[in-house]
Amino acid sequence: MVRLPDPKPETLANRDSLVAGLRALLPAGALIADAISLKPYETDGLPAYRQMPLAVALPETTEQVAAVLRFCHLHGVRVVPRGAGTSLSGGALPLADAVVIGMMRLNRILDIDYADRSAVVQAGVTNIGVTQAVADAGFFYAPDPSSQLACMIGGNIAMNSGGAHCLRYGVTANNVLGLRLVTIEGEVIDLGGAHLDAAGYDWLGLIIGSEGMLGIVTEITVRILRGPEGARAMLAAFRGNGVAGACVDAIIGSGIIPVALEFMDRPAIHACEAFAHAGYPLDAEAMLIIEVEGSVAEQDDLLARISAICARFDPISLKVSASPEESAAIWKGRKGAFGAVGRISPDYMCMDGVIPTSRLPDVLGRIQEMSDACGLKVANIFHAGDGNLHPLIMFDANDAESFHKAEKFGADILRLCVEVGGCLTGEHGVGVEKRDLMGVQFSDIELDQQRRIKSAFDPGWLLNPHKVFPLAA
Amino acid sequence: MTTLAPGDEAGVVDAIARSRAAGEPLAIQGNATMASMLRPVQAAHVLSTRALSGITLYAPKELVIRAGAGTPIAEIEAAVAENGQHLIAEPPDLSALLGSEGPPTLGGIVGANLSGPRRVAWGATRDHVLGVRAVNGLGDVIRSGGRVLKNVTGLDLCKLLAGSHGTLAVLTEVTLKVLPAPETVGTVVLTGQDVAAAVAALSAALGSPYAVSGAAFLPADAAARVGLRGAATLARIEDFAASVAYRTERLRSDLASFGTAEILDAAASRPLWHAIRDAVPLGAGDDAIWRVSVRPTAGPEVARKLAAAFDARLFLDWGGGLVWVAGPDIADAHAAVEAAARAHGGVWTLLRGEALRFSAAVIPPEPAPLAAITRRVKEAFDPRGILNPGRMYAGL
Repeated sequence: MVRLPDPKPETLANRDSLVAGLRALLPAGALIADAISLKPYETDGLPAYRQMPLAVALPETTEQVAAVLRFCHLHGVRVVPRGAGTSLSGGALPLADAVVIGMMRLNRILDIDYADRSAVVQAGVTNIGVTQAVADAGFFYAPDPSSQLACMIGGNIAMNSGGAHCLRYGVTANNVLGLRLVTIEGEVIDLGGAHLDAAGYDWLGLIIGSEGMLGIVTEITVRILRGPEGARAMLAAFRGNGVAGACVDAIIGSGIIPVALEFMDRPAIHACEAFAHAGYPLDAEAMLIIEVEGSVAEQDDLLARISAICARFDPISLKVSASPEESAAIWKGRKGAFGAVGRISPDYMCMDGVIPTSRLPDVLGRIQEMSDACGLKVANIFHAGDGNLHPLIMFDANDAESFHKAEKFGADILRLCVEVGGCLTGEHGVGVEKRDLMGVQFSDIELDQQRRIKSAFDPGWLLNPHKVFPLAA
Repeated sequence: MTTLAPGDEAGVVDAIARSRAAGEPLAIQGNATMASMLRPVQAAHVLSTRALSGITLYAPKELVIRAGAGTPIAEIEAAVAENGQHLIAEPPDLSALLGSEGPPTLGGIVGANLSGPRRVAWGATRDHVLGVRAVNGLGDVIRSGGRVLKNVTGLDLCKLLAGSHGTLAVLTEVTLKVLPAPETVGTVVLTGQDVAAAVAALSAALGSPYAVSGAAFLPADAAARVGLRGAATLARIEDFAASVAYRTERLRSDLASFGTAEILDAAASRPLWHAIRDAVPLGAGDDAIWRVSVRPTAGPEVARKLAAAFDARLFLDWGGGLVWVAGPDIADAHAAVEAAARAHGGVWTLLRGEALRFSAAVIPPEPAPLAAITRRVKEAFDPRGILNPGRMYAGL
């Protein structure tokens, strides 16, 4: 279990009066303090870690968020922001003496402006909700994390979420123009707007990905983009990870940037095929899903170019989709990957390291060696264009030894990612999960610099004080 | 004022440590291309990164290039061009516009977060900074990011330092994402539009499925400076040749309701967008220069107000969202720029104003709660205030 800071005794002792004070700031039913109702908030998308909070506040407006933060600041109460609770790194893990601020009731889309290609949404709007709101006009919101049906834009801001189409369209930080931020003092600050370049320091760049440690974002101005005329996928299966990786290099080297370029290894292919019956080739060691955009003629041209490149790498099979239905079938297995692995193993941990793409064959080989040594199976899914590797480690959470092995295996993979020139996390965030590995990537001096920035926003370290940075000894 | 130009990062650390001990502020520069921007810096010495020059890593297949902060941008562009790649945000060379010697360096472009026309579709320079090394005002070497395309490990100091104009830390090395350069380029040109119709046409172009990667409006005088006759509304497509042919034709037909459009080929398009990138349509002079960033549909109204307020030369990029304007170096003109930007929720940056820069708000002042955070963040990097003091805000 991850270590958490000691609760403040005065907060626990004053629980009743704090709850009463918070309740007075919020609409009826928006402050949860009984054990049964608090239970769903004790964990998030990383259920191995659990901690009941002091209380949960469910504000409906920016003003209520500000009032709750002012109150917590005044009384020195810790705060844990929460969106949909889908974090895979424990980003929403509470503390025993913390108030969880759940943002799901701030769920309105406030403005859509097609001529300026931007929309203003509240933090509790789901990721897919933004795209759905603009889809009739042919627009979309580009970041598309796997959890996009559930995860909220506020959480995407906290983690700087990515998705399968980052290579072409960027991650959250590249698709946000403005934020309304509430500071721990309860001040409401507007950053950026509907314009492209802000002046002054790049607060958007700093806040996005800061994991709820600097303030709470209540409204977001996102860029919306006009979608292409169409998109189509193809599937290429290979005899080894090495040739599949070389094929990725060759595609990018030819000047083509596909909108998506996904890699699955043999265990991932088998798990997804058993689950989704997507027609994946079970005799392949590695498989690529490649998606291109444009008019039908442009798609044909790009897919022909890519097929010709793939053909140079002795593929087992190439399947070019002829229709949107066939493209959907190709994606079906990949999009169901987590569910698929969940079906063949009682539990799994999804890692999120990033490596220089040229190191893929070597890294996959070493991950397999680690898997053999510890006796836990692993399936690898990889955003091949940008080097973001998602090993899914299979274990049994009811078996303490299995869990500890899985934790160690995951940490060893992330150390390997850093060793080969990559990083600990590409899109899931550090949270509590990777907090104690930060020293692998950063020096103490560098971590202290980052801590001083947190202190500049939150001098009392009330906002998510147990995330991202290793705790003081 | 002496200029220190250390040849390695340790030299930067040493220079900062000495300045800190002596309490002597440093003016941070590369080749001083953008020295006229923002407020003047009262410094004892200049610390230039120009000798931290050279490409230290280039992995074309992994789409990354790393170089010392003093490396000329042109050198990086040439290196990636040899491999059929380009710098995504199309950074400008403003040395001719600003009358500086240049050439602009990697550190200068990143430190000022300057981007060209492609920014409207492909993001700013800051969006493509994958990693930095920098020395803060304590003399600490700080790394952030790295050499991989996705990275959310810890606070994103790459973006914070990009656009911080050397006031938080001195960039010593930067890693950028690069992409394959498109095979060719074409431009759809509408002639004779007024600014309102032009921006409506550009919004339609940018809202089309054809991946427009440049969208500018040049009034007749600005157009004449780049060899075009009459006010020009310009939409660029960059891609494989067949796609450019197809998309420019479709765009011409989609924009027919705005007027009859011509299509410029690559030979005409490349120098034209190069000139727009470097603000050539603004013309020469020694008057004041501003950039106003607003929501694109507010661009025409900003342009109209500025033209009414003073003898302005201007043109619009980024679909109307970036207004380049030159005019008299006087408080009334600056007040008009401020008012026009504020009225539409936008921001301004003073790029040159030899008189104005001493007194005017060169960028918008921050509201009090944010200004307090700014002060504390500055202290978190540079507690003695020795790095470019006063460059962005008076007294900071």
